[in-house]
Amino acid sequence: MVAPLLKLNDVSKSFAGSNALSEISLEVKPGEVLCLLGDNGAGKSTLIKVLSGVHKPTSGTIEVDGQQRVFESPKDAGDLGIATVHQYGGTFPLMSVARCFFVGEEPTKGVWPFHYFDKKTAGLITVQEMQKLGITRVTDGSRLVGSLSGGERQTLAIARAVYFGARVLILDEPTSALGVKQATHVLKIIMQARAQGIAVVFVTHNVMHAMAVGDQFAVLIHGEKADEFRKGERTREQITDLMAGGEAMAALEAELASLTGPVRLP
Amino acid sequence: MSSTATTGSTAQVRVPRAGNTPPSTSKAPFDWRRLTHRPETGALVGTLSVFIFFATFGGAQFLSTGGTASWLNIAAELAIIALPVGLLMIAGEFDLSVGSVVAASSVTLALVSGTYGAPAIVGVAAALAVGLLVGFVNGYIVSRSKVPSFIVTLAMQFALAGLTLGIARLITGSTSIPLTADPVSKAIFGTLIAGQFGVAIFWAVGIALVVAWILQMTKYGNWIFATGGDAESARAAGIPVRKVKIGLFMGSALGASLVGIIQTMLYNGAQTGVGQSFVFNSVIAVVVGGVLLTGGYGSVVGVALGCLTFAVVNQGIYYTGWNSDWASLILGILLLVAVLMNNTFRRLALSSGTGKSKAKK
Repeated sequence: MVAPLLKLNDVSKSFAGSNALSEISLEVKPGEVLCLLGDNGAGKSTLIKVLSGVHKPTSGTIEVDGQQRVFESPKDAGDLGIATVHQYGGTFPLMSVARCFFVGEEPTKGVWPFHYFDKKTAGLITVQEMQKLGITRVTDGSRLVGSLSGGERQTLAIARAVYFGARVLILDEPTSALGVKQATHVLKIIMQARAQGIAVVFVTHNVMHAMAVGDQFAVLIHGEKADEFRKGERTREQITDLMAGGEAMAALEAELASLTGPVRLP
Repeated sequence: MSSTATTGSTAQVRVPRAGNTPPSTSKAPFDWRRLTHRPETGALVGTLSVFIFFATFGGAQFLSTGGTASWLNIAAELAIIALPVGLLMIAGEFDLSVGSVVAASSVTLALVSGTYGAPAIVGVAAALAVGLLVGFVNGYIVSRSKVPSFIVTLAMQFALAGLTLGIARLITGSTSIPLTADPVSKAIFGTLIAGQFGVAIFWAVGIALVVAWILQMTKYGNWIFATGGDAESARAAGIPVRKVKIGLFMGSALGASLVGIIQTMLYNGAQTGVGQSFVFNSVIAVVVGGVLLTGGYGSVVGVALGCLTFAVVNQGIYYTGWNSDWASLILGILLLVAVLMNNTFRRLALSSGTGKSKAKK
């Protein structure tokens, strides 16, 4: 058995007395994709913030490599190899891809006080790392991030995290804002990271995307873990019904259809 | 107007691809399209336009040595403040307290070295210390509280103006404090070379080089862009956003202090009301120079050009023989046109790379 890389034990988080998360226990192993499913407001964002060191849990513990850890800041989590990529890639639209890739980790050249940011190397590495993840359209590190598509920006952020040694990759709704083709590309990259032995926490409300790549699944409802299962143990309908709060999606869909009526063409 | 700009850019992008040139070799000749991707392009157009305009209507006098000196001096003093303010604005913050910092530093120098007769170097050090302290307080309050820098520095602008006036009157009983500087300090800060060109021009050039090096060549420049682009993501990437901001506030206040020192040395004394025009003039120069008001985008060359543009309009009007009342009208229009033009150029820069895929879809 492979030991879990990241483990949460009964983690709770409350803001001003109201519980955002209650007693969540999760674990993710190297080379595995853990899908966190939940509707809007289920507590996914809070959980991500706890995992990435933005919030400290009110109670419960976090273990990395079997050792108990307290994250004082995102930097602490980052130092242990936990990297978070946000929905819009956490990138800077008006910066060049090379500057963005190396932000906070700039390679420098020259002697003090004339240390300078080695933009040439930065550009070469950025282009090379993006090409590894299948983005061949970017050939120039000085291109502005804002000129990339949503999928390319996600790829840039993931490539950055992997390049700087991420062992746990937390992806916050990476496919939600993307078209079908780009979402597929991002899913492919998730599988690539998984194959490299990275533990991936894939946060989404899209059941199809989750089922395409997930090894293990956890469903959050109102800050509580409502269900937990491994690949193949649930059908898509079961998961959607659960996420919608137990109401049968099929019944809702039927009601919706009766309200809208048959579509009329002009 | 915006739609024509976009279609124009996609058409431009497709031309070299049709010729089957590989992207790596297309670097060799000077690429005009790349020019439109720089933040200072709009500023360059602005500077050239106003220069040609006043060279035409101001005639030989505007182009004479005296005429050139008059706008270079204005541009230099403005640049000493606007360049660090530009860095601060790229990092997404305002500094509206520079006016009072000029006055406070000026009065500090005159009090220490004039009224109390300390060596000029002590007065200069005290004046710079006042600037650094004000900058630190601005930066500390902005980065610790969530109060926008616009408000914090506006409050500082008023509070410091009041403090300066109060102290000056309390000690000297006057709003005007004389200072007789020794020849060396006068030469360093406040002489006119050939009777016309202020030493401030050299200070401005030196500061421009340092600021440009920081922004374009060092990792700190990258931190400044990232802080202004998205402070939250910058923090997540491990950038000490608070320190960056405090440092930049100290930088802009230091620039203002230097101008206070230069003016005090040049005019042999301090006035409690000096420098107030720098508050908005520096913002105009920075914005005309192509810095995005919300941060994350801009260049030092652009800000320098913005200062030149401002100075040419400000001084050029005297050489046209028209009433100087019109200068502000021109500046107002120029500011608006510059912002619109910079927005267009920025959109071009952002749309350039995706030209091909957009054309396909």
